[in-house]
Amino acid sequence: MLRKVLRIGLGSGLSNRGLRTRRGGFTLDWDAKMSEFKKKIECILPGKQWEELYDTSHLPPKQSDVVIVGGGILGLSVAFWLKKLESRRGAIRVLVVEQDHTYSRASSTGPSVGGIWQQFSVPENVQLSLFSVDFLRNINEHLAVVDAPLVDLRYNPSGCLLLASEKDAATLENNVKMQRQEGAKVCLISPEQLQNKFPWINTEGVALASYGMEDEGWFDAWSLLQGLRRKVQSMGVLLYQGEVTRFITSSGQMQTPSGEQVVLRRINEVHVKMDKSLEYQPVECAAVINAAGPWSGQVAELAGIGKGLPGTLQGTKLPVEPRKRYVHLWHCPQGPGLETPLVADISGVYFRREGLGSNYLGGYSPTEEEEPDPTNLEVDHDFFQNKVWPHLAQRVPSFKTLKVQRSWAGYYDYNTFDQNGVVGPHPLVVNMYFATGFSGHGLQHAPGIGRAVAEMVLDGQFNTIDMSPFLFTRFYLGEKLQAYNIL
Amino acid sequence: MSEPVTPDSSRKKRTLLQFLSDYFHDIHALREYLLRKQILKGNRKNRSFADIQEKYGPYVTGALFILKQGGAVKFQDKEWIRPNERGHFPTEFLEFRKVPVEAVDASGCAINYQGMSNLPVPLKELRFLSLQCCPNVDDWCLSRLYLLADSLQELSLAGCPQVSERGLACLHHLQNLRRLDISDLPAVSHPGLTQILVEEMLPHCEVLGTDWAQGLKLEPDQQPQNTPSPVSP
Repeated sequence: MLRKVLRIGLGSGLSNRGLRTRRGGFTLDWDAKMSEFKKKIECILPGKQWEELYDTSHLPPKQSDVVIVGGGILGLSVAFWLKKLESRRGAIRVLVVEQDHTYSRASSTGPSVGGIWQQFSVPENVQLSLFSVDFLRNINEHLAVVDAPLVDLRYNPSGCLLLASEKDAATLENNVKMQRQEGAKVCLISPEQLQNKFPWINTEGVALASYGMEDEGWFDAWSLLQGLRRKVQSMGVLLYQGEVTRFITSSGQMQTPSGEQVVLRRINEVHVKMDKSLEYQPVECAAVINAAGPWSGQVAELAGIGKGLPGTLQGTKLPVEPRKRYVHLWHCPQGPGLETPLVADISGVYFRREGLGSNYLGGYSPTEEEEPDPTNLEVDHDFFQNKVWPHLAQRVPSFKTLKVQRSWAGYYDYNTFDQNGVVGPHPLVVNMYFATGFSGHGLQHAPGIGRAVAEMVLDGQFNTIDMSPFLFTRFYLGEKLQAYNIL
Repeated sequence: MSEPVTPDSSRKKRTLLQFLSDYFHDIHALREYLLRKQILKGNRKNRSFADIQEKYGPYVTGALFILKQGGAVKFQDKEWIRPNERGHFPTEFLEFRKVPVEAVDASGCAINYQGMSNLPVPLKELRFLSLQCCPNVDDWCLSRLYLLADSLQELSLAGCPQVSERGLACLHHLQNLRRLDISDLPAVSHPGLTQILVEEMLPHCEVLGTDWAQGLKLEPDQQPQNTPSPVSP
């Protein structure tokens, strides 16, 4: 009775200090408490994630059928084809783990020049290029997402011109013959015809040239990457940022038909570590795709590939390592005109036009001795002065007066064995598939490679393009897939 | 699964299907199906006429393809053949198996890259080609025109919404071109500069381009609204 009177009497004073509970404690900030309470109730309701202790929405799921290590162009392409070729909707759960979501540091796709050409010496590479060109041509059919803008690749169909000296002329001729057989539209040009067609070129030292008339040129890699990201997200693929730090494997002994004992390993869990923290999520998986680009060698070592006596299959490492390459953007007002193709010179220098304002992009693949240090992405400006400019000025005299605007560096996922990619499963670690090591051609072959790996995972064999020369076993057997490449 | 929300959809009034597809997976699947159907509709019109080519020869095949799309054809030394409003056309050209096709007017047709294989490959003596206001002609289609390098003398690309300066760069193969019309191309970013570069590239060709006043700044009250770039998810 007394308490009630006190409460009414001191009503106005009490409301200033907030409510009192029966036990005498204060409950200030009633609104915040209510919203927290509502959140907790929401968690219990069906359809939401029920995590008792803390919020784990930033962590990848605990289980996934396929984990793709690396979210660059190759990883996303494999994810796309896996979802496209699955037998029914929602059959495969795919998780893509990417270390660098800005694609500036660890990825090769971001800084790439974006060229596509069919002038290779290995027939499978030509077929891959033709498949990719077909894919890119119908890109808005493949990557159509409801309510999203169309993908604008900014494709320049200007072709690719490869120059060859006396000693390489015979190889070039054979290559062109093979390319034409595969269906590429490439023709051979003599130095006189070259001078007529492109008057700005200096044909000294050029014995033969091959020029792609159609389906060659360059495009915007970034828009392809973003288009793929959008499409795979709409197909249900989960994209998370994180680093793969560990594989939990289990092994078993099997006997080959000849009676030899082999230890086969299987990856059961992938530990994905979050950025800037020690938190990690173990993801149970059925297959792992190594599409980590320049870092594929390190990822392969985590799975135990290469840990064994040198010379044995267990001891064969994945020979992919990061190699730094520079790309330079320069301005030259008197330079070649609008018809300039992607020119690859005998010396190893290549360049192409960029936009309408007399800007050109180019670079140079250094020899083994001149390799820049791959631990960072710093640009060495003397490299352009000493190695690139003399060759450019010799081939195109108007480039003597060029002025460099910008340079940047990126990594090639360089295959030290034969500079061609690795595709397919590992013979001993049975559920790791490779899609890496393309040493600068990954971008242009990405649709074809993605399809090949997806077919290998889903059907167990290559259906559209036979990529068996690209399997891992060639590193052990020593069979090089040697290609005459400049870029 | 979440859909990327573009600024357009938040600005314009959302349709009933768009609203429902946020809540029901079935409606979302229906919308995806409708989108796919729309894309595939274009492909049917441009299917290959290879079987007709064997029977009637290349010139008649090309002519039939163009007439079916709604364009007009002119055989050498003959009159223009055009379909009337109903889409019917006289069929006497089926007899002209050896007569080459001289001029094709494909203005406004839904021709795309697939359809281009029916055009330049068989029609080797084509002299005049008009692709005005074709909605599906893009840079990839232009890269096929090099096959007509020996014969093509007049080309018109006016008003094609998907042709950009990158596609115009591959016209340098057409060394016999005398007249080129590249006016009114909305996808070309700098029409004046592009015209100069194309004129340098094709020195013997008369290039009809943009009106020079187009490069001048508009009055402040005539400034078009700036559309924001789409947000990436």
